[in-house]
Amino acid sequence: MQEVTTEKKEFTPNIVAFCCNWCSYAGADLAGSSRLNYPANVKIIRVPCSCRVNPMFILKAFQQGADGVILCGCHPGDCHYVTGNYYTRRRMALLYSFLNYMGIEKERTRLEWVSAAEGARFSAVMNDFVKQVTELGENKRLTDLRVKEGE
Amino acid sequence: MLKIAKDRLNELYAKIAETQGLFLPIKKAGEVNYAVWGEGKEVSLETLKTVKSPKNAFFPQTENMMKFKTEGKNIEVVDMRKDYVEEGKLFVIFGVKACDYKAIEVLDKVFLAEPVDTYYQNRRAAATIVTLACSRPEESCFCKAFGIDATAPMGDVTTWMDGENLYWQANTEKGETLTAQVKELFSEGGETEVAAQQETTKIIIDKLPFSNLDLSRFKPENLNELFDAPEWEEMSEACLGCGTCTFVCPTCQCFDIRDFKTNEGVLRYRCWDSCMYSDFTLMAHGNSRTTQMQRFRQRFMHKLVYYPSQNDGLYSCVGCGRCVNKCPQSLNIVKVIKTLGGKAND
Amino acid sequence: MKDVALKMVERAKELLANGEVARVIGWKKGEFYFDPQPASFETVEELDSFVYNGFCGANLSKYLIKMSKKEGKTAIFLKPCDSYSFNQLVKEYRIKRENIYVIAIECQGKLDIQKIKAKGIDAVTEVEEDGENIKVSSLYGEYTVAKDEVLLGKCSVCNKTHQVKDEEIGDSERPVRDGDRFAEVAALEAMTEDERFAFWREQLSKCIRCNACRNVCPACSCLKCVFDNPASGIAAKANDDQFEEQLFHIIRAFHVAGRCTDCGECSRVCPQNIPLHLLNRKFIKDIDGFYGEYQAGEESEGKTPLTSYTEGDTEPNDVFNGEAK
Repeated sequence: MQEVTTEKKEFTPNIVAFCCNWCSYAGADLAGSSRLNYPANVKIIRVPCSCRVNPMFILKAFQQGADGVILCGCHPGDCHYVTGNYYTRRRMALLYSFLNYMGIEKERTRLEWVSAAEGARFSAVMNDFVKQVTELGENKRLTDLRVKEGE
Repeated sequence: MLKIAKDRLNELYAKIAETQGLFLPIKKAGEVNYAVWGEGKEVSLETLKTVKSPKNAFFPQTENMMKFKTEGKNIEVVDMRKDYVEEGKLFVIFGVKACDYKAIEVLDKVFLAEPVDTYYQNRRAAATIVTLACSRPEESCFCKAFGIDATAPMGDVTTWMDGENLYWQANTEKGETLTAQVKELFSEGGETEVAAQQETTKIIIDKLPFSNLDLSRFKPENLNELFDAPEWEEMSEACLGCGTCTFVCPTCQCFDIRDFKTNEGVLRYRCWDSCMYSDFTLMAHGNSRTTQMQRFRQRFMHKLVYYPSQNDGLYSCVGCGRCVNKCPQSLNIVKVIKTLGGKAND
Repeated sequence: MKDVALKMVERAKELLANGEVARVIGWKKGEFYFDPQPASFETVEELDSFVYNGFCGANLSKYLIKMSKKEGKTAIFLKPCDSYSFNQLVKEYRIKRENIYVIAIECQGKLDIQKIKAKGIDAVTEVEEDGENIKVSSLYGEYTVAKDEVLLGKCSVCNKTHQVKDEEIGDSERPVRDGDRFAEVAALEAMTEDERFAFWREQLSKCIRCNACRNVCPACSCLKCVFDNPASGIAAKANDDQFEEQLFHIIRAFHVAGRCTDCGECSRVCPQNIPLHLLNRKFIKDIDGFYGEYQAGEESEGKTPLTSYTEGDTEPNDVFNGEAK
């Protein structure tokens, strides 16, 4: 027992991935059925379109303990609703830039286009993002200490 | 009376802070508010009006009340009240002006009356209040209209400050205890300087434009007449419904109780509320005040009529003038008093 | 300035007397020279308390949301910067243009009484505007300060012109104050993440959750704000946690991104003097940089940058690596 407690606990980040129903969520599915690995600490939240994600969702994810938030949608031009992801692109470009302006580490936010056919890409993206956030460490700047009470 | 040279004040702060917490007007990012003193903090006793009043030390803007921890089917209730006196966590709040001190009396009547608000009481019991007399009042000050003498505030200890020295006089047992702790830094004297300063300051106070506001119409017997005054509509027209006046006010005491979900259960906290907000006293059926005029009226009727009618005529405005300085659209209690108060305002 | 004020009163009286409008929105005398308050005037007699001077910094356009729905026409005095907010409100169908008579008025830059007081001039009783100088009388003495030093923050970098008018009063000529409004934003961008975080922590920790910035903002015109919704799970009134402070200011600024006309009211009203305009200007600067220059409120119809797109827009991941356009 003694040895275990003195050993430094390795940091495993909480990652929230918002995935659009039509492309990226199907991409995650394909990754699964193709037996491709991606870390279990990626929590996927399915949304009808990447455009459904408003900034509040992303901030709330950070508040509730996320160390990194990634948003995945159909490739531009392939949106199931034709134009949704074009709006996403503008919103997130501004939001990510703004969060960084407030001093939030830019490595904590990402946007990737993943189609339903890109299971391998989904897995690669998630592995890469988890690695990036793990290196960065715990989210301390955009987190709510009250939520973490008792941890 | 005791005195200490101004350039030795840091020694005084350090001495007090050895044994207890010390709140002082401290400048942060350009603005002066009461905050815990520490080495390297920029103290600004000269600042006449801190943005937030010292009530924050007794009645913090946000305060955790209790926790509900859930484990399986059990809920544990954790009382988060602290008995600061018992724990030996005493504190001194230094530099409180006469108006703000009077405001604490106003709050005491609310929080220390039955049923006693023990959160407030615990903080109040742990505090030693050191007041500072004003020597340079400004145009928005009108404490005199409420019978407050800005040159002779009460409190556990009263201090005065001029170009060279800070003068110190203990008034209560708590004040004597604090004095005993710091006495070695002081020397005797100062009566003449203080008397001279009081005299000059009083002359200025008499010249202040709002010093002689007439409050004579704000009496419980005029409640209905004042409530129905047609002027409210016009006076409140420009009100944005923000909470600036209520949150900078030293006597506003309304709060809201909310729950917050944490990882281990629920955290119940209270936070200042503002009668200017649309969700103030929100009930299941909706809100009892549906227009901004009604909310605006509520604030001033409470200060000038409702509160005094329950507290032997004591107004719950102390004339600090913070709302006069801070209202985004220049609405304030002075305009209300002038419009609805006594004849002498004309 | 005095001439302009006189012309404005005369015109307002005329409009009310001949029944062309039912009310006029302007400013009313306060207790001092420096605290005029926004007001609506419905009779010629009420106009006796009308005032227009260097302290009429308040943007009146938002009052039209309420006033333009009342019976009869509403006349309003708009400064150049206010006219952008007006157009934006028309664009968003929040005010009824046909019910409003816009009188464009001269503005030589508005003054900030707090800046005058910050110079150690307290107990101010009188202020006199004398061209580029301001004479201040206080209980403690007489002072003269340069106008440029005590302008409202929004006015020191203003190059705005009237965007909408039914008639104009006064001279539209004024001193050029074309300082770089993005200089402070660029200075922050040049800092490290840690420094920026420390800067905003210090600033935002002053926030007292009074909502003045939101309530005064002409772009914040939602009937029910998310922060007023007790069911939203947001502790809008609590100020103890750094997250809630950030959340409020991020969401507030984001919600007006592409719609903010940079009227500067948020910073003017903040009781803790948090430089809130630096949040909004970051969005404006990014929008200009990513999607081409855009000034909200120049037009009263059309799409805003966040309600339009092009196929080759900047990718969010490229915002940081220098590839952003």
